[in-house]
Amino acid sequence: MISTPIKSLARRRAPSLPGLVPTTAFSVIFLGLVVALPVLALVVQSHVITPDVWLKTLTSRRVLAAMRVSFGTSAASALVTSVIGLLLAWVLERYRFTGRRVLDALLDIPLALPTAVAGLALAAIYAENGSQSWLGGPLKSIGLQVAYTPLGIIVAQVFVTLPVQTRALQPLLRQFDSTVEDAGIILGASPWQRFWRLFVPHLSPALICGFTQAFARALGEYGAIIFIAGNLPGYSEIVPLIIATKLEQFDYAGASALALIMLAISFASLLILNLSAKNFGNRLKEGFL
Amino acid sequence: MKFDASLGVTPEIGAQVFVGSPRIAIKRSTLWFRRSLIGLSFAVVGVALVMPIIAIFGAALNHGFGTYLSSILNAETWGALKLTLLTVALVLPLNTLFALSLAWAINKTRVKGSTWLLILTDLPLTISPVVSGLMIILLYGQRGWLGTQLHALGFDVVYSVPAVILGTLFVTVPYVAKQILPQIEAQGTQLEEAAATLGAGGWQIFKRVTLPSIRLSLVQGVILAAARAAGEFGAVSMVSGHIRGLTTTLPQHVEILYNEYRFTAAYSVASILTLFAVLSLAVKAFFASGLEPAPRPNDPSRRA
Repeated sequence: MISTPIKSLARRRAPSLPGLVPTTAFSVIFLGLVVALPVLALVVQSHVITPDVWLKTLTSRRVLAAMRVSFGTSAASALVTSVIGLLLAWVLERYRFTGRRVLDALLDIPLALPTAVAGLALAAIYAENGSQSWLGGPLKSIGLQVAYTPLGIIVAQVFVTLPVQTRALQPLLRQFDSTVEDAGIILGASPWQRFWRLFVPHLSPALICGFTQAFARALGEYGAIIFIAGNLPGYSEIVPLIIATKLEQFDYAGASALALIMLAISFASLLILNLSAKNFGNRLKEGFL
Repeated sequence: MKFDASLGVTPEIGAQVFVGSPRIAIKRSTLWFRRSLIGLSFAVVGVALVMPIIAIFGAALNHGFGTYLSSILNAETWGALKLTLLTVALVLPLNTLFALSLAWAINKTRVKGSTWLLILTDLPLTISPVVSGLMIILLYGQRGWLGTQLHALGFDVVYSVPAVILGTLFVTVPYVAKQILPQIEAQGTQLEEAAATLGAGGWQIFKRVTLPSIRLSLVQGVILAAARAAGEFGAVSMVSGHIRGLTTTLPQHVEILYNEYRFTAAYSVASILTLFAVLSLAVKAFFASGLEPAPRPNDPSRRA
């Protein structure tokens, strides 16, 4: 028999391209040395942490208050950026208007601006005695104190995570089958019904991803927050700052205990991200970062 | 019935349905609704993102241009700038090389276990920079695993320049890779396989086929990674030791000045970093315009 049956041709794997060994070896070594080894160092450090240290760290009033502040503000800011992100993704993907490209490019500002610089800028805007107190004064007069309060933490977190939800939603919104929407209109669905019954289900995996990623980043953010939060223990102090403080006092065990909790949350959020990406195919891959 | 090509499906107006001779236009939203959403978006981005940029320059130039120049042009700022540039110059090539080889390994040769490689690549995105810094100290510090070995050899990594570079490297790992992976995956392997069939070697395929097709997203990823590397604060401030003029990068220098209540100087140095960020965004936007498909001559999209 000369010709190969079509079935086996289709089954045969495509000829593998060269370069498997060197590229894989370099990737594995690089990731191993740069990422895995430091993570491992922290995980192994957990043996050093005695039950006593765990108990002392986790029952400390200051730590517990910081956790409440960190989790509360991160959830609030992830909620805010989810709403803003949906608005921006909607406008950027569905409407054509002058300045659309500019709006899209401006959305990358938080990715490019150093977080410490962002913190300084927010302090200037929102602190009453700030040199450019454009918003601090007016907001104070309506009873909103932003600088040196948990509200300031949320403002800083929103700045840093603003593009996350939009970038997660954009690819999915682009792929939305507009004939479905037209069918909804012809069948008499109200705009509100169309939004909740057609768009939200379609976008939900990206919304989950965007929220999770925004939450994880807000929780870990340090540079932008410390300049505007005031860092009052028990009131506007965040967990990363406590880790930094413990480190400065050479309390490695205490710092590691808190860092391990943060690391576990990072892993959990990555798990959520990967699971929702897997469940909904590859549609989400473009949206990370 | 003649179908008018210019009346296709548009984002705002919806499909034009032809039933017999009268046309029914499906209206998806009203003009004022679209306009108010667009206006709201500009307002939000303006207040949340653009105003801070302006505030930095405003605060930097608060006491005139002379003060601004004198707070930038001094030995400490120059030292911080040099370390920042050195860090970027060392971190970027490594990151780019890693991103390219990871993308090749995962998408061109379909290596097994790619999920684990991707999770490790993502990890620095969700880890707090402070925790990253702590990890570097636990590993390379004088009591750390590698630290004790290196100390015996006469190298002290933590609280010196190598630690700054290692911390920055950790934080910037995902940036180039995340930018090129989706595109390289979407392209498949057909072109590369054709080139291989025609007798091209691995390096030749990469240089002539793969690299040209991803160059735009590669440039964007490198720009983002450069901006992040220059501006990394949390991880670096844990490991640098703040030795002035030696181990302080520009963001650290800004923090030191701010904590010393030298606000104008702090904002002046911050304005250098801001300028760098704005420039990199402009370059990125320039390259992004090449990624979007050129509008068709009969583009039915209406302007709002």
